[in-house]
Amino acid sequence: MTITAPLRIVYGTKLKNTMEPTTTAKKYIPNPQLPRQRGSRQAPDERATNFNEVAQGLSAEEAAREATRCLNCKNPPCTAACPVNIKIPEFIACLRDGDAGGAVSKIMETSLLPAICGRVCPQENHCEGACVLGKKFKPVAIGLLERYAADTARKAGKLKAPATAPETGKKAAVVGSGPSSVSAAAELRRAGHKVTVYEALHDFGGVLRYGIPTFRLPREIISQEIANVKAMGVDFVADVLIGSTLTIEDLLKAYDAVYIGSGAGLPTMPGIPGENLVGVCSANEFLTRINLMHAYKPEADTPLNVGKKVVVLGGGNSAMDAARCAKRLGPESVTLAYRRSRDEMPARAEEVENAEEEGVKMEFLLAPVEFIGDEKSNLKKIKFQRMALGEPDASGRRKPVPVAGSEFEMDCDTAIIAIGQRPNPIIQKTTGGLSTGRHGVIVVDDSGKTSLDKVYSGGDSIRGGATVLLAMKDGKRAAAAINKFLAEKK
Amino acid sequence: METYTITDQEQLSPTVKKHVIYMPLIAAKAKAGQFVILRAHEMGERVPITLYDWDAKTGTISIIVQSIGKSTTMFNELKKGGKFLNVAGPLGTPVEIKKYGTAVCVGGGVGIAEVYPIAKALREAGNKVISILGARNSDLLILESEMGTVSDKVLTTTDDGSRGEKGLVTGALEKLHASGEKLDAVFVIGPIIMMKVVADQTKPWGVKTFASLNPIMVDGTGMCGGCRVEVGGEARFACVEGPMFDAHLVNFQNLMARTAAYRDREKACMADHKCRLDAIH
Repeated sequence: MTITAPLRIVYGTKLKNTMEPTTTAKKYIPNPQLPRQRGSRQAPDERATNFNEVAQGLSAEEAAREATRCLNCKNPPCTAACPVNIKIPEFIACLRDGDAGGAVSKIMETSLLPAICGRVCPQENHCEGACVLGKKFKPVAIGLLERYAADTARKAGKLKAPATAPETGKKAAVVGSGPSSVSAAAELRRAGHKVTVYEALHDFGGVLRYGIPTFRLPREIISQEIANVKAMGVDFVADVLIGSTLTIEDLLKAYDAVYIGSGAGLPTMPGIPGENLVGVCSANEFLTRINLMHAYKPEADTPLNVGKKVVVLGGGNSAMDAARCAKRLGPESVTLAYRRSRDEMPARAEEVENAEEEGVKMEFLLAPVEFIGDEKSNLKKIKFQRMALGEPDASGRRKPVPVAGSEFEMDCDTAIIAIGQRPNPIIQKTTGGLSTGRHGVIVVDDSGKTSLDKVYSGGDSIRGGATVLLAMKDGKRAAAAINKFLAEKK
Repeated sequence: METYTITDQEQLSPTVKKHVIYMPLIAAKAKAGQFVILRAHEMGERVPITLYDWDAKTGTISIIVQSIGKSTTMFNELKKGGKFLNVAGPLGTPVEIKKYGTAVCVGGGVGIAEVYPIAKALREAGNKVISILGARNSDLLILESEMGTVSDKVLTTTDDGSRGEKGLVTGALEKLHASGEKLDAVFVIGPIIMMKVVADQTKPWGVKTFASLNPIMVDGTGMCGGCRVEVGGEARFACVEGPMFDAHLVNFQNLMARTAAYRDREKACMADHKCRLDAIH
């Protein structure tokens, strides 16, 4: 369908004051019936053979058109549903005026990672899920608009590091450089404190860097958004494993406060026979080789073995990422086996769709019971048991129950295990007095404070595997608490 | 002085080089049995190498690198005054140093460099340290005199008899045991097959034996699980729980298979690197 309807926007006097709610409310007439824009995407056949970004984002015209769908609600439910409360109608108003720089500045009042969030945030669960338009039409494509604003402003050199308050002379250390840490670091720096981020790996970004593949989040986007936080004056130090190179105790001697955002880097293994066979690996290993070490590029020294028949175990976003990466490396088949049914899959619906379009075969209600190898310890088959759905479990999802006598074997030479992650225990083990809970998560109060004074935590280290946005929210919450106590401290 | 700088080097054998690197944070924390992860260039691998020595006063650490594949060869091509791109550590769980009584430190090949700090720490803890060193020939034997400074006795063996006793470390260990010397603990580091044979040898003697395992690693911080080893029937991560484990509980067969997983690719990668080097030299 071609769009012939004229854009029914009535702009205010020369674009300048359109952000003032009083003026826009009077003059702006939205057009929600316009079809929701999707942006161009690489075709499935094409993208399944390369690591280039799948979604190409919106063109200027598409962005302008999508921006006119926003109702500019007075009490926007989208902002309320956003974990970091981005001023969504306000940034969209800037886009209607063609002011991407203004839009991104508006976003960065509450989120320092706009190009990243625009790409990987599960908007359907947050802003877009709450969009009023969704009741009658399709919600505004807020994620795509956020991404458009960030990408356009960056390309035009209009991405400005947020202003910081005058130097307070206080110092904070941030452990890890993933989304929660970067958010905490930016907010602490904004308040005028000296901030140092310590990363254990050789490059920054945490799970964004080692976990999320480049076809969903190009590496340069991560580098640029980190550079923006660096430009605020935050120091980033690589190759420092907190808990070993320096302990939390060491940090407390040199800093006034510490934020731990060390993530959930420890892979969960199924604990079944044969999991040490050659050819069985964790999704963390598989994805780290590809995303952090660039193993898919011929010039990279880190190798990666992908056999002919790849089976990915799990149903979350890591499982989708691993399956889609595997597909791009050219095996005969990539099968994803999940122990519950499609409805219970924790992965974003969009990612499941992407994976299926690219040729990943989905098998449901299958649980692995054994990895079977040859005499040289190479993986050859996986023995599965069929499952049926029983009563809902603690997560509210129906629990898989084994079907007696349903075992069968599937040929497989590469098995990638993506059944969950837990916090890396290094800090927990080396920090006296730090309370931990189930699966080794760090226990915090409502402000993000741990059992230790001056030590805060958030993101996957307190949740054990959640989303980028919740991690950012935790980072901001803890930074607010740290800023408060540092302000009170003489 | 900037971190990552190579402050000194020493060629120990045609393919083995010692690098002294300015890394004050690591030098201040390092303990015997721990390792570091290094990279030489942007597209390089993260390579785990056990610390040979460290000095908190000068802020330096020392590692000993044998040119085996492309990455280690590139490490050894770095010059004094040059820099590693990344050095992270100290990683892994330190070896439990206490008074065992008589401790035997067995090092094979470049494994001698790894057993050195353990021998040193054990001696400082009041143990009688007997070191058994093994190499293919005298040219490949490294650190014999250094081991002498941290051992009460050094027994050297070479496959061809060009230095010390002709034979393998296991022969020297057998004789030592037969001599009636009471052995309280054995620490063995070297090729997997050597560690396996030593473990098999000491098991019937009932002598506590520890082996430092060298599985494939990517991050070295407990994240990838590539370094899973089977110890006592359980999967353990060598990077954080090891690299030293009770040798009598290690499944060496599985370790050998997993370590060989990328061998063909390593060879191809090295051949390509060498071929380019030949074009330059």
